[in-house]
Amino acid sequence: MSVETGIAKIETRNLDFYYGPVRALKNVSIVCPANRVTAIIGPSGCGKSTFIRTLNRMNDVIPGTRVEGTILLDGKDVRAPDVDVVELRRRVGMVFQKPNPFPKSIFDNIAYGLRINGMRDKRKLEEVVERSLRGAALWEEVKDRMDENAFALSGGQQQRLCIARALAVEPDVILFDEPCSAIDPIATAKVEDLIETLEKSYTVVIVTHNMQQAARVSDYTAFMMLGELVEFDVTEKIFTNPANKLTEDYITGRFG
Amino acid sequence: MKQATQKKIAQFIGFFLLRACLTIVLVVLLLFLYDIGRKGGGTISWEFLSQAPRKGMTQGGIFPAIFGTFLVTLITAILAVPLGMCSAIYLNEYARQGRLTRLIRLSIRNLSGVPSIVYGLFGVILFVNIMRFGTSVLSAGLTLGLMTLPWTITASEEALKTVPNSYREGALALGATKWQSIRTNVLPYAVPGMLTGTVLGLARAAGETAPILFTGAAFFLPYLPRSLGDQFMALPYHLYIMATQHHQIEQVRPLAYGTALVLIVLVLGMNMTAVVIRYRLRRKRR
Repeated sequence: MSVETGIAKIETRNLDFYYGPVRALKNVSIVCPANRVTAIIGPSGCGKSTFIRTLNRMNDVIPGTRVEGTILLDGKDVRAPDVDVVELRRRVGMVFQKPNPFPKSIFDNIAYGLRINGMRDKRKLEEVVERSLRGAALWEEVKDRMDENAFALSGGQQQRLCIARALAVEPDVILFDEPCSAIDPIATAKVEDLIETLEKSYTVVIVTHNMQQAARVSDYTAFMMLGELVEFDVTEKIFTNPANKLTEDYITGRFG
Repeated sequence: MKQATQKKIAQFIGFFLLRACLTIVLVVLLLFLYDIGRKGGGTISWEFLSQAPRKGMTQGGIFPAIFGTFLVTLITAILAVPLGMCSAIYLNEYARQGRLTRLIRLSIRNLSGVPSIVYGLFGVILFVNIMRFGTSVLSAGLTLGLMTLPWTITASEEALKTVPNSYREGALALGATKWQSIRTNVLPYAVPGMLTGTVLGLARAAGETAPILFTGAAFFLPYLPRSLGDQFMALPYHLYIMATQHHQIEQVRPLAYGTALVLIVLVLGMNMTAVVIRYRLRRKRR
């Protein structure tokens, strides 16, 4: 599969992943181009979440797992011994399936990533918190209630809060792991709009089981099944003229 | 229609049985408290609480025993609280989960079921003899501490388990180290539960007799312990003597009931403290 993608921000080569003896990813090679949105679609259990979690090495924390193959960020292997996983995760942010605000104030949620990286300057913190909340299109809704507990926000607001929290540490890449599966349609529309604006400054990879969502927000789409990459192409091509019969069956709703 | 009636009857019987069980427990408990309150209440006075026993313990108060119980519980806490919490954090957050951790966990659970007299004898060997602390408040406190440790560890681990994994992962995904994620995003939410379990364990330790019997508790002392190497009087042991070993058992019976009442109120007070701590910290979190 040779697809014209521009500069690769993230690239996996022959990626295999094992949960114990179970092989969850089989020989997956995908390019996620810089400043573009790449969507990963596929039926439940096809390994798309597993895939995205290998990119910032979140799977490292699950005991009994094993990675084989290569994962490159800006051409450098993220599993090289000299790579600091903490710094990798700061550069490759992640928004999870279920909004996971911390039980702290809205301000402290956004400031969390900065504080653990040693920033103490109150003025600078306030500045970054505001910029991040604006970036996540949440500022207007919460600017007068920064001291309120983040749990008081609605589900959709919580998810945008998590996006703002990820933006605050100024990552290069943001990974979205089914970010809209736990929020309502209106909130989903807001998050989708937001993702489209993010690609100017960030490289975005989004896992979704919602095909319309992939079609709406992404530039490139990868279709996965049973741990294998079936097809990777420009989103428009995948949804109008897929090369693979399986892809066609999936996007036309014949299974999945 | 008939089935609906049957279902209702089944539900009625079910709830009736549950209610009956609770009632039995409550009645027994209240009768017990009432009996001790009635027989011991008359003895309680400022003099009883603030003075030493006199005339072969047939008169006077139980202050040395109250003081000794506080002191020995303090030593217990100093050993069991930090050690227990830290072990639980390591076990739950850092240790690789596998056969070894399961075995360790199982052993800890088993240790919390070991009879207290076994701890007492172990304390004699380890603290009194090998470590040469003598029969002292220190040896007794350390023995009680050992006995409380499994409880503290188990309770603390349960508290850590109630913190959702998404807090840990969320912090890691922002570039936190594992320690940062635990310190700033797990412990603050686990500490209320950890403290509750710990205080309950300490309350249990405060009421124990067997572990201090050979390690440091004294039958009668004319003075308060002046150092950690001194022997001490303790409420549970004092009560045991007044109830079974005294040469004028009938005469000192009211004093025994008074002692029992003080001990129960003390333990109850500690348990209430645990409840209050949990309630306060939980509310702060919301």
